[in-house]
Amino acid sequence: MDKQLQVRGTTRMEFRKFITYLIPWFIVLGIGLYAMYLVFRYGLNHTNMDNRFAFGLWIYFDLAIIALGAGAFFTGLLLYVFKREEFKSVINSAVIIGFICYSGAIAALVVDVGQPLRAWFTLYRPNAHSMLAEVTFCLTLYLAVLAVEYVPIVLKNRKLKQIPSFLVFEFKLHKFMPILAGIGALLSFFHQGSLGGMFGVLNGQPFSFRETVLVFPSTFFLFILSAIAAGPSFIMLTTWLVSKISGKKLVTKNVFMSLGKISGILLLVYVLFKSIDSLYWLNKTSPAVGFTVADHYGYAPFGIWILLLEVIVLGLIPALILINKKFREKMHWLLTGAFLACAGIALNRFVTTIQTLSLPTLPFADFLTYSPTWEEVAIFLMVIAYGVIVYSFSFRYLPLFPQERELNSK
Amino acid sequence: MDTRKKIKTDNNKTKHPQYGMVVDLDKCTGCGACSVACAVENNQQPATPDMCSRTGNTWRMMYKVKNGEPFPDTKAVFVPMFCQQCDDPPCKYVCPQNAVELDPMTGIVAQIPERCFGCRYCHAACPYEARYFNWWDPKWPEGMEKTLNPDVSPRMRGVVEKCNFCHGRWQSARAKAAAEGRRELREDEYKTACQESCPTEAITFGDLRDPDSKVSKLVKDPDTFTILGRLGTKPKVFYRTTRSWVRRTVDRDIYSENKEKVHG
Repeated sequence: MDKQLQVRGTTRMEFRKFITYLIPWFIVLGIGLYAMYLVFRYGLNHTNMDNRFAFGLWIYFDLAIIALGAGAFFTGLLLYVFKREEFKSVINSAVIIGFICYSGAIAALVVDVGQPLRAWFTLYRPNAHSMLAEVTFCLTLYLAVLAVEYVPIVLKNRKLKQIPSFLVFEFKLHKFMPILAGIGALLSFFHQGSLGGMFGVLNGQPFSFRETVLVFPSTFFLFILSAIAAGPSFIMLTTWLVSKISGKKLVTKNVFMSLGKISGILLLVYVLFKSIDSLYWLNKTSPAVGFTVADHYGYAPFGIWILLLEVIVLGLIPALILINKKFREKMHWLLTGAFLACAGIALNRFVTTIQTLSLPTLPFADFLTYSPTWEEVAIFLMVIAYGVIVYSFSFRYLPLFPQERELNSK
Repeated sequence: MDTRKKIKTDNNKTKHPQYGMVVDLDKCTGCGACSVACAVENNQQPATPDMCSRTGNTWRMMYKVKNGEPFPDTKAVFVPMFCQQCDDPPCKYVCPQNAVELDPMTGIVAQIPERCFGCRYCHAACPYEARYFNWWDPKWPEGMEKTLNPDVSPRMRGVVEKCNFCHGRWQSARAKAAAEGRRELREDEYKTACQESCPTEAITFGDLRDPDSKVSKLVKDPDTFTILGRLGTKPKVFYRTTRSWVRRTVDRDIYSENKEKVHG
């Protein structure tokens, strides 16, 4: 039965081996679910967040995986709207990674808020001024779009395909893909931007407050740019990782190189704008309200090195690696560039959430530190385990990589 | 209906009172009576051994601020910090569920716990760290629930709360005035619990729009200032001191510009 469900022409590990490989992930999932129960039953006192450190590991994680999950909408946009056909070989995998990232982020958010059952209030009567209301709308709608994009991949399963009505349904859904890709891209641009805008509008936090450009704070545009720059790199890294774990060739090298090139160009544009933004903020925006460079980077361990690390080591360097064809042709350089790019965006989200809250704004308040509790870590790992499990099943039973059969038959 | 219409209008154009407060740092001894009175008045959940200063629920946090000099030149001042009732409140604009409103009738920034879903975005937005989240289920030890103030609803776990200038007292005072056929409140009719409890009378509270009120006269004093005023949130809580080191340490604007425009 297991064999019959697998994609024709592909080989997968034995079922027993597959289950053994998944057991540790199910254990992590179980521990996370128990931590989730504790938080729901007894409250958020099971975390180390507090009245000032109101956001912690989960919000950081949400921002990071939503940025990295941007590969789903961006690859879809390139394939269906800009007709870059080479991305057909990774689009299914990208959609599933996007779905995992977004649904995981929403799961973490549900635990993070104090009264999750009231979250629908935002949809019913939102505050139009709030960036978080915009994020909630776009995230909810985009998760629905991703779910609809996931369905045709599931229906392509060897057994499900045998049901004629499913096949017709899949075919019809496929016709909507360019429209869905367009809607998905629009929603994604808005929520990626609004996540940055969420912090950029905080005039009470000079560390994160930025000037307004075309209605939105500059972080709105920087978050969009950084997400679409890191997204393709993340798709590349995950595809490579799956290829290593499964021991199969999944896509041709030119796909990796195309992803790298797009990532590199966008990252270079991002680094340019990020540098201008940082200089303007440090020299104009922040001093105007009485905050100097020392107020932002004078507290150990958050020295100016963190900005330089983000912009140069994890920004400019991977951008230069990825735009250079000679480097791109060598797989290890391509992967190094992609990894550094993703790490840079993850660091940017860390700085935006954690450093903002740890720095004092009141002249007599202290610099604060925060370390998550085991429950926070368990729920963070639970989302990762959930991702691994969903992806593993999808990889086993669904046609994620159309080039796989051809590449491995040679 | 009337209220909702006015919320949309510019707050400064209404003729309603705009309540504000001045805290005299030279008179404050840091005794904490205001915090206790506030907790009792507003049905704040009693602390448990698990809570700490960062997770506990007090709407008035007392900061002990030192001058940084070694003994014997060490000096300290107590700064009570609470919601500064900003006229341009950052918390109001960020709340996705409209759980924060600026009441045009009073100028008070209202937190509506029934609408709050506990995302704590307002915590991140507030530069004064004046917002408190209910990390625990509120529990009153047996018998203590009899001390609850019937004019103020206790809050449930998972929502945000903060100082509202004892809004329950304003409502009671308004009801009383209405029964007597008056629309306006007299200055002594509406007092906050912290103001009443302060043994050194360091807190002055009243209508900032009324040029004859004690508070509006004090606000014009050159020794009166707002904390983090340059952030542009337009707080309606002011602090006052004649000691130059206190002003330099507490008033970030002077501290950052290094201007000596203070007395004493």
